[in-house]
Amino acid sequence: MSPTELSAGFDPTAPLTPSGNLRRRQFFSRFTEAGATGAAVLAIAVLAIVIYTVVSRGAGAISWDFLTTGEPTGIAPALVGTATIVVVATAISMPLGVLIAIYMTEFAGPRTTRGMKTVLDLTNGLPSIIIGLFVFGLLIKPLEKQMAFAGSVALAIIQLPLIARGSLEVLRLVPGNLREASDALGVSRWRGVVGVILPSALGGIVTATILAVARAAGETAPLIFASSVFDATKVSINPFEALPNIPVTIFFLSEEGNPAGFERAWGASLVLISAILFASLGARALLARNRERMSR
Amino acid sequence: MLEPASAPDVRPPQRNRSADRLRRIDRIGDGLLYGICAFACLLAVVALLLVAYEVVHGATPAISKFGLSFLTSTTWQPNFGEFGAGSLIFGTAFSSFFALLLGAPIAVAIGLFLSELAPKGVRNVVAPLVEMLAAIPSVILGFWGILVLAPFVHSRIEPFLHDTLGFLPIFGEPQTTGASVFTASLILTIMIVPIIASISRDLFLAVPRDVQDGASALGATRWEVVRGVVLPSTSSGIVAASILGLGRALGEAIAVTQVIGAGTQIKASLFETGDTLAGRIANEFPGAITELHKASLFYCGAILLVIGLVSNLLAQWIGRRFDYAQVAK
Repeated sequence: MSPTELSAGFDPTAPLTPSGNLRRRQFFSRFTEAGATGAAVLAIAVLAIVIYTVVSRGAGAISWDFLTTGEPTGIAPALVGTATIVVVATAISMPLGVLIAIYMTEFAGPRTTRGMKTVLDLTNGLPSIIIGLFVFGLLIKPLEKQMAFAGSVALAIIQLPLIARGSLEVLRLVPGNLREASDALGVSRWRGVVGVILPSALGGIVTATILAVARAAGETAPLIFASSVFDATKVSINPFEALPNIPVTIFFLSEEGNPAGFERAWGASLVLISAILFASLGARALLARNRERMSR
Repeated sequence: MLEPASAPDVRPPQRNRSADRLRRIDRIGDGLLYGICAFACLLAVVALLLVAYEVVHGATPAISKFGLSFLTSTTWQPNFGEFGAGSLIFGTAFSSFFALLLGAPIAVAIGLFLSELAPKGVRNVVAPLVEMLAAIPSVILGFWGILVLAPFVHSRIEPFLHDTLGFLPIFGEPQTTGASVFTASLILTIMIVPIIASISRDLFLAVPRDVQDGASALGATRWEVVRGVVLPSTSSGIVAASILGLGRALGEAIAVTQVIGAGTQIKASLFETGDTLAGRIANEFPGAITELHKASLFYCGAILLVIGLVSNLLAQWIGRRFDYAQVAK
């Protein structure tokens, strides 16, 4: 083929649009791009529909009485109960989680760290109903009564891997020169950890804890075992008795099939979901701000 | 070091009492910190072992009575002391695999959208929203499932699927209500999509940019870059993420028990009611009176525990062989 022959089929004034095989390939590529975008839109649409339903059906139930009185008009005891259970759980899991993360970054060798990571992942992967069975066998069956504390123990096990993994990530982000500076000044290990490393990782630890609280607050399965037979008329914060709580309240109301109960369940769902979404949004904002500060 | 050695009045090294005390405190402090950190780790390990022990211990009466035939028997009659988890194991596998079949492609597509297509601004909005889907408590998702999703599925989707794909036995005749294995699978899909999507997004972001650019420079379209470079190099990670999602679906109790309709038989159709191991525990444990009934539910829990631990270890093992993930971590 001579150059003149080649240029004979080539029209320099023609628009540069693909044809034939290339056109087909590009069309298919666009098609898959549209599919991927559609999948993301679908996920957000489902989120929007769920939240819209909860808000539109729950808003009617919300009133001052609903939030401040007990059964049959309100859910105040359940609100206080959930708060108590989650606070006790966090009081157990947060110190343990942070200590585990410190051990993994400051003391353990690579093999121990990998082993602990596996343990945390396995704990994280335990179905929550299994943890419910566990606290039933460990605490409720021997003591022969339900108590909120058993629920807190179960939620603490659910929170523990989340807090430990989150803290581990921020402890790893603490700049090496901070550590070295404190070592160079002859500061002992524990003073370095308490005075230098923990304060600079505090934001991330708080974020991880808030996310774990948000996760635990909606957990239902363990509480069916630990705290499901309760007196929902009066407010109590005694963790050694069964406390009314929001998730189990919603679960029982949804199983009953009574329209008035459904309305209260929607109201309780709205309260729970807004608390959880605000907490995780706040945690995310905190994390973003923290990342910015650390990378500066 | 540079002190003149000939200095006449070099005082003998005097022990400074307060420095001494400081050193002692530091030694105790170091030991104490190490001690409580190691103790916390030990506690986490013990907790995991104790969970396994308690569940198996609670199941012992049922294990010694029914043995392994519990896994295959399909009679579940608490009034007659007859228990078998065959139909529950079937229901668990059926609903979870269908959810994975539906959810994994969607989740991978979302991961691709977030890592390859979305500009940074869009990604920073969409990614948290998708993860927020995972933050919705399962009890609320299940409640929404009964009152909103199930009627819609029953009146629209099930008849449509039955009419168009009814020759397949899994798309049988729709039943009287929307409580079905199909609805449960949809709820499970909603739960596992954000998990798989966020893991696969991280995987895709870890694929080196220059390899993708190289493919583009050779004339590959965007899809061909994904098909030829991104997906093959992340396939084992995607499998690991899917197994994690599957593990989550297998163990979900509350939402499933709300929408699946507590059926007791093995049916090939997705539109029939069914039940899962976890769902049966959540549904019957509060009302279980006899020891054998409770022990049988514990037995279901033990099966679930084994499935959960095995799938998790499998996911870790597959994920560990994956190179880019190691680089990213």
